Amino acid sequence: MAFLEIKQLHKRFGGLHAVKDVSFQVEPGQIKAVIGPNGAGKTTLFNMISGTFPATSGSVTFQGRELLGKKPFQVATLGMARTYQNIKMFSGMTALENVMVGRHVQSNAGFLASMFRMPRTWKEERDIRDKSMELLGLLEIEEHAHIDAASLAFGQQRAVELARALAMEPTLLLLDEPAAGLNIYETAEVGRLITKIRDLGITVLLVEHDMSLVMDISDEIVVLCFGEKIAEDVPTAIQQDPEVIKIYLGEE
Amino acid sequence: MKKLLSILPLLAVVIGVHLLTSATDTMYYLTQMTMSAYYSLLIIGLCVLMGYAGQISLGHAGFFAIGGYLSAALTTRSLIPYQGTTLVSLLDSAGLLLSGHDLYGEALLVVTPWAACIIAVLTAACIAVVIGIPVLKLKGHYLAMATLGFGIIIYRLALAMEYFGEADGISEVPAFVLLPGVSVSGNFSDRVQNYYIAWVLLLIGMVLLLNLIDSRVGRALRGIHGSDEAADAMGVNTARFKLQTFVLSAVFAAIAGVFLTHYNGGIGPSEAGVMKSVRYVAIVAVGGMAHLWGALLMGIVLNFLSLRGIFGSYDDAVFGLILIVIMLFAPNGILSINVRHRLRQLLGRGKQDRAGEV
Repeated sequence: MAFLEIKQLHKRFGGLHAVKDVSFQVEPGQIKAVIGPNGAGKTTLFNMISGTFPATSGSVTFQGRELLGKKPFQVATLGMARTYQNIKMFSGMTALENVMVGRHVQSNAGFLASMFRMPRTWKEERDIRDKSMELLGLLEIEEHAHIDAASLAFGQQRAVELARALAMEPTLLLLDEPAAGLNIYETAEVGRLITKIRDLGITVLLVEHDMSLVMDISDEIVVLCFGEKIAEDVPTAIQQDPEVIKIYLGEE
Repeated sequence: MKKLLSILPLLAVVIGVHLLTSATDTMYYLTQMTMSAYYSLLIIGLCVLMGYAGQISLGHAGFFAIGGYLSAALTTRSLIPYQGTTLVSLLDSAGLLLSGHDLYGEALLVVTPWAACIIAVLTAACIAVVIGIPVLKLKGHYLAMATLGFGIIIYRLALAMEYFGEADGISEVPAFVLLPGVSVSGNFSDRVQNYYIAWVLLLIGMVLLLNLIDSRVGRALRGIHGSDEAADAMGVNTARFKLQTFVLSAVFAAIAGVFLTHYNGGIGPSEAGVMKSVRYVAIVAVGGMAHLWGALLMGIVLNFLSLRGIFGSYDDAVFGLILIVIMLFAPNGILSINVRHRLRQLLGRGKQDRAGEV
């Protein structure tokens, strides 16, 4: 049984087949990348895996459980975290508070317990804060903890978003174009952070445009084109694949 | 603990106002201060819904009216014609009924204020659940319109039903004896006592809501406000949290309705009116939406001025105007306007430095 298994996944928007019968597996501890030109169906694939919208057919099993039909918050509780191409910061909250929201699935105080500050919430609150601070430290942005997250530089917001996802203590992390909008230095920095995250034992599945990043950090790459999987291999083999070269560089 | 400490200065102000009015022989102000405190209880609840969870409601006067009208009807409408039915005998054997006489000496059998209060608030909560499940799926304008529709329905029901006194509303609502010697009533001799009852209730509400927004739940709500989708992906059951907040704010509104009705000795259909709901939304906006203290301050100040009749017959027009002006010039609330920065701009010395920010 694979850690994450995507089988014959299909998505149709009206007459458009955005993702066509895509299958692949992700092994635990891997960094796996999905690449492809614009409109290849990468983000659609992600949205189906994380439950943002339903698939037309196929299946996604995560640690033996079927994910299709589950809502995003239910998928999150199973140990899958995700980030977005256009960072979705919680505006009006500090970087630390953003990360603290990530502890939601790891804590359980409800409305009444929170309003009445029940003693059992005291330790929980302290743990949420400590753990979140620790993650900001891991991503090297603890000095910005008390700044409104939306006012941070784009690269720092990426780091806050990663910390927020890690706060969920996921076993699988989905990254949607983590280098989008970053310059080459920031991209290299994000690449280093992703490797650091994998070294914590978290499996990473990412969608990316930036070739240099993908080739540097991925263990395996899936190539999508017009919704179809056209290749799946290790980075060095993908670089040599004539089909992939054709897509990216055009025909001779 | 910190929340409790932050409330202390306010408690001092409350006592200060009492002493000041007592020293200057203007104790009649306490009546409007009492009523303002009850309206503000509704407003801080609405503030959490609007400013923190990001869900608008143009129907909160409806929940206030459900609380007020039900407790008024249950404590004044005689159950004698229904004596012998299972429900009435059940209530009676549970000790929830009171017998007495009305103004004309006729025998009365009514529900005790405590039981009526609990029934009224629970009913408001249940209605909030039933209304909230479908309408909270809507966003923005659509949610505003749906809640407006709910408010209109409650208003028309209050006007149309004989049980609720039609256009006259319900009067002769008895005192609500909270504890022996402590009762919510409009009796002249209970004025000071009622001033403190209202303010203690408001302060308790404030502490609970301050606790809430600075907690796991509060952060999740602010997350929903920031990005519904990202909060969902963090494992926040957004539909459930929105609904729970909606119910919580409805409960605050209903409690305010119950207490103010006993204090006033009655309730009329204008309390359920749409303009009341608009007023509450305007006050939350003036206070700065996501700003509980701002909502509390503006709730007290604007309601007090309105109740003192400062705005005369233009009362509703003033609140409409306030809403427009705030949206245009201070969308983050009146407390967000930085006077120094604004003055610099006006004096033409608009130096762009960061000191000008809050």
